[in-house]
Amino acid sequence: MAADPKARQPVTMDTFLDGVWRENPVFVMLLGMCPVLAVTNSVANAIAMGLATTFVLLCSSALVSLLRNAIPKQVRIATYIVIIATFVTVVDYVIQAISLDLYNALGAFIQLIVVNCIILGRAEAYASRHRITASLVNSLGMGAGFSLALLCLGSVRELLGNGTLLGVAVFGERFQPWSIMILPPGGFFVLGAWLLLFAWLKERKARATQKGERIHGT
Amino acid sequence: MEHESLGFIFLNACIINNFVLSYFLGICPFLGVSGKLDTAWHMGLATAFVMLVSSLCAFAINTLLVQFELEYLRLICYIAVIASAVQLVEMVMKKFSPALFRALGIFLPLITTNCAILGLALFQTFREYSFLQSLVYSLGAGTGFTLAIVLMAGLRERLALAQVPTVSQGAALSLMLAGLLSLGFMGFAGLGG
Amino acid sequence: MTTQAHTPQPPAPSSVAMIRTLAGVAMLSGLLVVLTYQWTLPRILENKRLAVQRAVFKVIPGITSHAAFRLDPDGLTRVNEVDATGTLVYAGYDEAGALKGMAAEAAARGYQDVIRILYGYSPSCECITGITILRSTETPGLGDKIGTDPKFLANFKALDARLNTERTALRHAIVTVKHGKKTEPWQIDAISGATISSKAIGKMLNDSGQTLLPRLAGRTDQLRTQP
Repeated sequence: MAADPKARQPVTMDTFLDGVWRENPVFVMLLGMCPVLAVTNSVANAIAMGLATTFVLLCSSALVSLLRNAIPKQVRIATYIVIIATFVTVVDYVIQAISLDLYNALGAFIQLIVVNCIILGRAEAYASRHRITASLVNSLGMGAGFSLALLCLGSVRELLGNGTLLGVAVFGERFQPWSIMILPPGGFFVLGAWLLLFAWLKERKARATQKGERIHGT
Repeated sequence: MEHESLGFIFLNACIINNFVLSYFLGICPFLGVSGKLDTAWHMGLATAFVMLVSSLCAFAINTLLVQFELEYLRLICYIAVIASAVQLVEMVMKKFSPALFRALGIFLPLITTNCAILGLALFQTFREYSFLQSLVYSLGAGTGFTLAIVLMAGLRERLALAQVPTVSQGAALSLMLAGLLSLGFMGFAGLGG
Repeated sequence: MTTQAHTPQPPAPSSVAMIRTLAGVAMLSGLLVVLTYQWTLPRILENKRLAVQRAVFKVIPGITSHAAFRLDPDGLTRVNEVDATGTLVYAGYDEAGALKGMAAEAAARGYQDVIRILYGYSPSCECITGITILRSTETPGLGDKIGTDPKFLANFKALDARLNTERTALRHAIVTVKHGKKTEPWQIDAISGATISSKAIGKMLNDSGQTLLPRLAGRTDQLRTQP
């Protein structure tokens, strides 16, 4: 296989930051929505899910990147899926060993990391064409971006729906929890609200640059 | 579990705990392919069909794995078998029913990575459903998915004509809509309780 | 795939190479999974044992040890609690090794989905001594009070579950009544605003009490001494 010109690109801070901000998997690319909505009813769950996904992302990217020249094109997807499923099984058992309560709270969503499009997408679009360091840094960025998004949702939902943050009561006794926020509809509403906020920020920025430079929109 | 009647399992999977609106499984196609009513309808049917096939496969594999005490390979086997089952269905459909293939074919590869399919297989294993219960559960889940995606498409077709602020166009609006739909489905809880 | 369009297509690898890769990856993954499984298994079993112990200790007050038994048509067999299947009964013993009570699982469908609980039963007072929720997805703030509301849980301090004289069923069926309408010791005072969830608890206790307790009644002697 001919060396990809991209593989020679130096690893910069951008490789990491792309995933966190500019190409944030959840807010910008709208990938991997299922766990984002399902397990963000508390901050603790969100953190656990973010860490688990990042771990799988890192390990599978590293392995795919190492094996990228040995895997024939025709069977690559099957190979990636087996690799990802392996690491997910590992995470599944490790979480059971750490805490059963956490395991029960996350439910089937740990095993469903397998079908999270972010991971397969990274393996296919990045790790299979880049060296191991670049792949690692890139997937670390993606993992951080994903965890950040989970945290954004989790904190808002726990705060409004339960009046707590990480189980610590924030508001006084008189606070009436807005239960709908930790129920399924709340997930949709909060994610929708975050997307609205980002769209508004983007629009405001676009308008500001337009005014400043007198260049018409892209 | 003997206290769950088949009728309740169907209702539970279809409406009370709708896979999309209360378990958040299969959100990607739910948001992605719900722009037009008839594509949504086809997507729903294709997913329901794959759900049925993979539920049967998953039941068979689980029986086998439990027999040999290899439960820790369950996830890897499920995902591999579901992916190949979808390919098989695609090939068989292409050969014997080209009309059906034209209608559903393009959606089949997409469905492989739909979490609703793997979710269904995992849930029926966790709940220790018998063969018949699994069958009814997968039928209910398929019907529920179709119902949700068709409803969503109907709403979005209407909404395309409405004037909304530019900021809220696209995903944000769809999510808010899905939230309202989910709120509506919450009203079905307690049904038959 | 755009880069591929410019470079000439490499010759398709033989199926041997494909099979070799797949087999290699499959073996690697199998090895990794088995290693993790072996490494985490003792911890997982310990966690499960602690979870069961916590639940049993909660529903049978004043015990210091417990043991699990499986209820078969022909009697009770001692089993290992973490991986046993079938109808399990837990026996709780105090410091002196005397039987204080039994615990068993019950389930019924509630508002959202099936609710599973563990309840304790004391053979000396023939009453239910406590419940704890094992699994529920009831509405936060309303239905999930069945596990936390102290007034509701007070129903199960000594809920009458006496058997009839033929020892075939409960003398009085356990029922859930509207909030504030409890008059008899076999009635459960519902939580207002969570009637369906409260009724589910009453239903599962009655179902389990009608079927399991008569079967257990003749076999309590088997549990009497600490194994």
